[in-house]
Amino acid sequence: MLELKDLKASIGEKSIIKGLNLHIKSGEVHAIMGPNGSGKSTLANVLSGKNGYEISGSLKFEGENLNEIPIDERAKKGIFLAFQYPIEIPGVNTSNFLKTSLNTIRKSKGEKNLDTITLLKLIKEKASELNIDEKFLSRQLNVGFSGGEKKKNEILQMKLLEPKLAILDETDSGLDIDALKIVADGVNSYKSKKNSFLIITHYQRLLDYIKPDFVHVLSDGKIVKTGNSNLAQELEKTGYKNFN
Amino acid sequence: MSDKIIDTNKEYKYGFTTDIESFKAPKGLTEDTIKFISKEKKEPKWLLDWRLKAYKRLKSLKEPNWQKPKYPKIDYQDLYYYSAPKSVKDKPKSLDEVDPKLLETYKKLGIPLDEQKRLSGVAVDAVFDSVSVATTFKGELTKKGIIFCSISEAIQKHPDLVKKYLGSVIPITDHYFATLNSAVFTDGSFVYIPPNVRCPMELSTYFRINASQTGQFERTLIIADKGSYVSYLEGCTAPMRDENQLHAANVELVALDDAEIKYSTVQNWYPGDEDGKGGIYNFVTKRGACRGKNSKISWTQVETGSAITWKYPSCILQGDNSVGEFYSIAITNNHQKADTGTKMIHLGKNTKSKIISKGISAGKADNTYRGLVDISKKATNSRNYTQCDSLLMGNKCGAHTVPYIKNKNSSSTIEHEATTSKINEEQLFYCNQRGLDQEEAVSLIVNGFCKEVLQQLPMEFAVEAQKLVSISLEGSVG
Repeated sequence: MLELKDLKASIGEKSIIKGLNLHIKSGEVHAIMGPNGSGKSTLANVLSGKNGYEISGSLKFEGENLNEIPIDERAKKGIFLAFQYPIEIPGVNTSNFLKTSLNTIRKSKGEKNLDTITLLKLIKEKASELNIDEKFLSRQLNVGFSGGEKKKNEILQMKLLEPKLAILDETDSGLDIDALKIVADGVNSYKSKKNSFLIITHYQRLLDYIKPDFVHVLSDGKIVKTGNSNLAQELEKTGYKNFN
Repeated sequence: MSDKIIDTNKEYKYGFTTDIESFKAPKGLTEDTIKFISKEKKEPKWLLDWRLKAYKRLKSLKEPNWQKPKYPKIDYQDLYYYSAPKSVKDKPKSLDEVDPKLLETYKKLGIPLDEQKRLSGVAVDAVFDSVSVATTFKGELTKKGIIFCSISEAIQKHPDLVKKYLGSVIPITDHYFATLNSAVFTDGSFVYIPPNVRCPMELSTYFRINASQTGQFERTLIIADKGSYVSYLEGCTAPMRDENQLHAANVELVALDDAEIKYSTVQNWYPGDEDGKGGIYNFVTKRGACRGKNSKISWTQVETGSAITWKYPSCILQGDNSVGEFYSIAITNNHQKADTGTKMIHLGKNTKSKIISKGISAGKADNTYRGLVDISKKATNSRNYTQCDSLLMGNKCGAHTVPYIKNKNSSSTIEHEATTSKINEEQLFYCNQRGLDQEEAVSLIVNGFCKEVLQQLPMEFAVEAQKLVSISLEGSVG
């Protein structure tokens, strides 16, 4: 599904990702762990196509080179990023935003627009699975949301948009244990043979709930070690110092 | 010819011209021009005298030049002051008799006038160049005693009301453009709501400039008698031309005891091309008097068109406990310029005013909010709240906020908040990541920014206004 070969990314003079190789197949869950500043969030940004980076190397999604493809086109192809810091958009109603986004993605798949009533029903259904209060849907997008509400809103969007590859950028940070479980359940219920996950995290605790097939350690812009879920537990004990 | 214009410019879809024979006054501004207009409209002598008085005054006035947007000198002798489609000269009595070409024009503008297709729940007065060509739903309104007609008709049929209120809010001596309008005004709408009547539908006027080298001098007068309510909306478009055309309107509102007037504008005059060539000079004087106690006047404007927009819809809060509101969205793109805001003059006790202004600037445009809040000595316990937000797109545009604040008594309070921000890259990234392209993302964010104002618009027009906001900014973020 996703294949990165010798991927490099820099901002101006500063190189952040320094030759990264990664292969994610359908149905796999990969976790990327690493210390602050190792390039984890940059990787998420680069995969989703954020502007401002100079990119070299190969970045292929379902066999197609993504390098020249803009953010919204990548989203339409099925790449979803759950943001570490979901931004507030004042004046924009949350359920309207979800409707617009869902219908845009559906259109690109050649599916017909859902009418407002069907859409609202669908949104409410998915929201209740995540224990999200209906009132929250009529609020302005992310405005005044708590950290937990923002993260749940990201998972809600993931479940609605049904991406092929979901990148979760530190979705666990700032969550209490109950919210963490709900978010993990959300991910687990969506997981299938047809889609893949790239989970970026500092801590092992999310991986107690979402079992990764592979764990990669990212340090100074490179993957320095790859293992199974035991690696995450090992890291929890020893920290990242061995990899610096 | 008109089709070709549409094809070459998708951004301004109202840019076509109607090929219709028109009847014009001789070019130039003289006493004869004024006599010509007055005679053409079969006006009573008092009104001709009123116009001539304004004209005399005009000769002693100079064009103001304190505004931020500057413009080349206007040659007032090179303009037509009256232009009417020939077919309207012998005014038709019913809609069935209106020239099909005119009906077609309004249909193209999305304002069908024929009985079957007209907008439900909205009565429309259609003004084409210097004359009103049709007014819908008259019968139904008349049953309630509501008068909704062109001002020319009102002068003939309701002279007492016109004589009593015309110029009572904007005196003929007011300032250059207002005085010019008083001398040469041609048509516009007239509304009278009798005591304790709530107008059952939206009233609206659609202004269309068609003829070239012609100024449009509309005059609108709305009177809400005691305890009445009316919501009124105006829309405006013009063909695309290389020349700048002048639109100098006067709008007067009078609200008596316990009456409320809600006045909304969706202004989409031709803004000029990408290089700033052509477009309308929209120099308009709008003023409402809350003359009675507990009266309320609320202005809502969505200004997206015109090369230069220069206007300050104002409220004179004379009656005790009266309320004035101003909600504004001003969008300038390419080379457009706007200098707009409001004046809230507090004279009565316990008067309240609220100002919400959203300025959006893109391309090489320049956008100024200018507003006056003046609380007089006698206006005790009065309050004002002002919020001005500016949004910049790109590095070549400008936004300015110029508030004038005068508080002459110690029991009143004035609050002013202002923000200026750039369109946020992270917000765009977020929207893009959810599948929205750049233009959809900008439209969503800007509509969110304007929401407090958009939600003031009557339902029938809110959706159109949202689309207009998006269209005006197309291509502004690269």
